[in-house]
Amino acid sequence: MATSIAHRVTGNALAFGGLTLFAWWLAAAATSAEAYETFLAVAGSLIGWIVWIGLSLVFFQHLMSGLRHLLMDTGWGYDLGLSKMTAGWTFLGSIALTAAFWALYLFGTGRL
Amino acid sequence: MAGNFDSASGLKRVRGLGSAKSGVHHWWMQRVTAVGNFALMAWFIVSILLLPTMDHSGVIAWISQPLVAVPLMLLVLSTFWHARLGVQVMIEDYVHAEGLKLLSVLALNFFILGTGAVALFSIARIAFGA
Repeated sequence: MATSIAHRVTGNALAFGGLTLFAWWLAAAATSAEAYETFLAVAGSLIGWIVWIGLSLVFFQHLMSGLRHLLMDTGWGYDLGLSKMTAGWTFLGSIALTAAFWALYLFGTGRL
Repeated sequence: MAGNFDSASGLKRVRGLGSAKSGVHHWWMQRVTAVGNFALMAWFIVSILLLPTMDHSGVIAWISQPLVAVPLMLLVLSTFWHARLGVQVMIEDYVHAEGLKLLSVLALNFFILGTGAVALFSIARIAFGA
């Protein structure tokens, strides 16, 4: 139940928030160095960081509950105990993936 | 209900029932694009983590490679299509007034096609060296 609601809420946040920011990032890069600087200034502000961290958590939650949906499409995981367990995993998994992503982004070899 | 159709074959029973028409295609494409999103987002996230910088020249140099521009375009197609299908289902579930439902789905399609076109054009512009 909670996973199903979370899947919808995160899906809509990604559709309207995530895709708009994705398109803005690409359009700013394609327009000019100045336009890209404006994007980076907003992206690097405190509100920007709150949005990125929130959006990444929303993305990984949607990914986890989406994978659960695909597994259940095969007919697996409808047993009540198992269903509750995999629902819990989606929340733990999304938090773990979000933490792993930002740890790699901030401290990974690519940037250092 | 079943009594009326006792002598009919399975196919005959299904024909003319409900208004599914293209419903199965919608459901199926939601899954196809989900798998596409999974593969392309995995590529995108790893790429972002490996990019040495997110500054303008670095991002432009990255996107202008054909082996980046093409998967990036596919990512746009897959995610925007997936979003359109998903939000449409939500509208159909929660908006019950026919006129408002039609307007909402129309607005959704314009939003997805508009932002999707901006994203695709931007990638093409960078890739073709504007």
